Amino acid sequence: MSIAANGFIDITDVTCPITFVKTKVALEDMEAGQILEVHLNDGEPVQNVPRSLKDEGHKVLELTQNEDGTYTLFVEKGDAS
Amino acid sequence: MSLTNEQLERYSRHIILEQVGGKGQEKILSGKVLIIGTGGLGAPAAMYLAAAGVGTIGLVDFDVVDLSNLQRQIIHQTQDVGKAKVESGRETIAAMNPEVKVHTYNEQVTAANIQDIIRDQDYDFILDGTDNFPAKFLINDACVLLKKPFSHAGIIRFQGQTMTYVPGEGPCYRCVFKEPPPKDAVPTCRQAGVLGVMGGVLGTLQATEALKYILGAGQLLTGQLLTYDALTMAFRKVKLPANEDCAVCGKQPAITELFDYEPPTCKLRNTRVG
Repeated sequence: MSIAANGFIDITDVTCPITFVKTKVALEDMEAGQILEVHLNDGEPVQNVPRSLKDEGHKVLELTQNEDGTYTLFVEKGDAS
Repeated sequence: MSLTNEQLERYSRHIILEQVGGKGQEKILSGKVLIIGTGGLGAPAAMYLAAAGVGTIGLVDFDVVDLSNLQRQIIHQTQDVGKAKVESGRETIAAMNPEVKVHTYNEQVTAANIQDIIRDQDYDFILDGTDNFPAKFLINDACVLLKKPFSHAGIIRFQGQTMTYVPGEGPCYRCVFKEPPPKDAVPTCRQAGVLGVMGGVLGTLQATEALKYILGAGQLLTGQLLTYDALTMAFRKVKLPANEDCAVCGKQPAITELFDYEPPTCKLRNTRVG
């Protein structure tokens, strides 16, 4: 199933920690409860970005691997930030 | 205002912090800090604030770089000896972070000019990096009258102290220290010496307070004097009550206009070591 996102960000062109920085800044411009779709690479990004987002109080809804090896992440903005 | 990719990278270690984020970094980028004295305290403070991306930094100093300054005033280099300190400071900041706008005031602060200097860019926060009591009381009184927050600090030998004043949130410097000690009762750093790193420790604490004020993060050193003894490595926090009878910020202030405790010292008598 696909989730209807309120925003999209591609972080496959940057490396950690800019991956998380860009995702965090994108979420800052959204309302709590809104959903951001993130396109990210395998390896460090997929290991670190979802974890860092959870640490900041956001909710990781879905993480799926695409055919090209990249990932798609749906994250719901938490109340805290 | 939105951050460019280069800014996201330059300030990434800030933005990752929960208390900063992109919004906080934008606050820092639009922050305006005035640093009075680019010596032992002001030098490291200016450098960290510039690195942090504080958008507008004002530097006030009337002095030129002296060889004896270089042991602690790390914003100045050997090749800068003889150059105006504010110019040397501007060059270092430009090299560190070209995004920062630097305003220089190549003069000594006096009752006649300090309010205009503070108003020049409507600075958000003032940092006292001076080395003498008349200047410290003048900065305090000006900030109280203009309702501006500021960080006080002083260093000598292996000791340092700092406190933060925020209008309406605790005592001012004069609440605590009343008035300058008699002339020559307290030695200057020139007479007493100072371990170079003391300016780094205390100046960096002052820069920390400026950043926290801009961000609205954590607790400031309002109503508290932090003292540091480098020989014993002891930090102590002393609670300071506000003084209702304070001559400048009390209920019935006697001081309603600025004044100088002594005429500006001769430029050739180099006692600036703060």
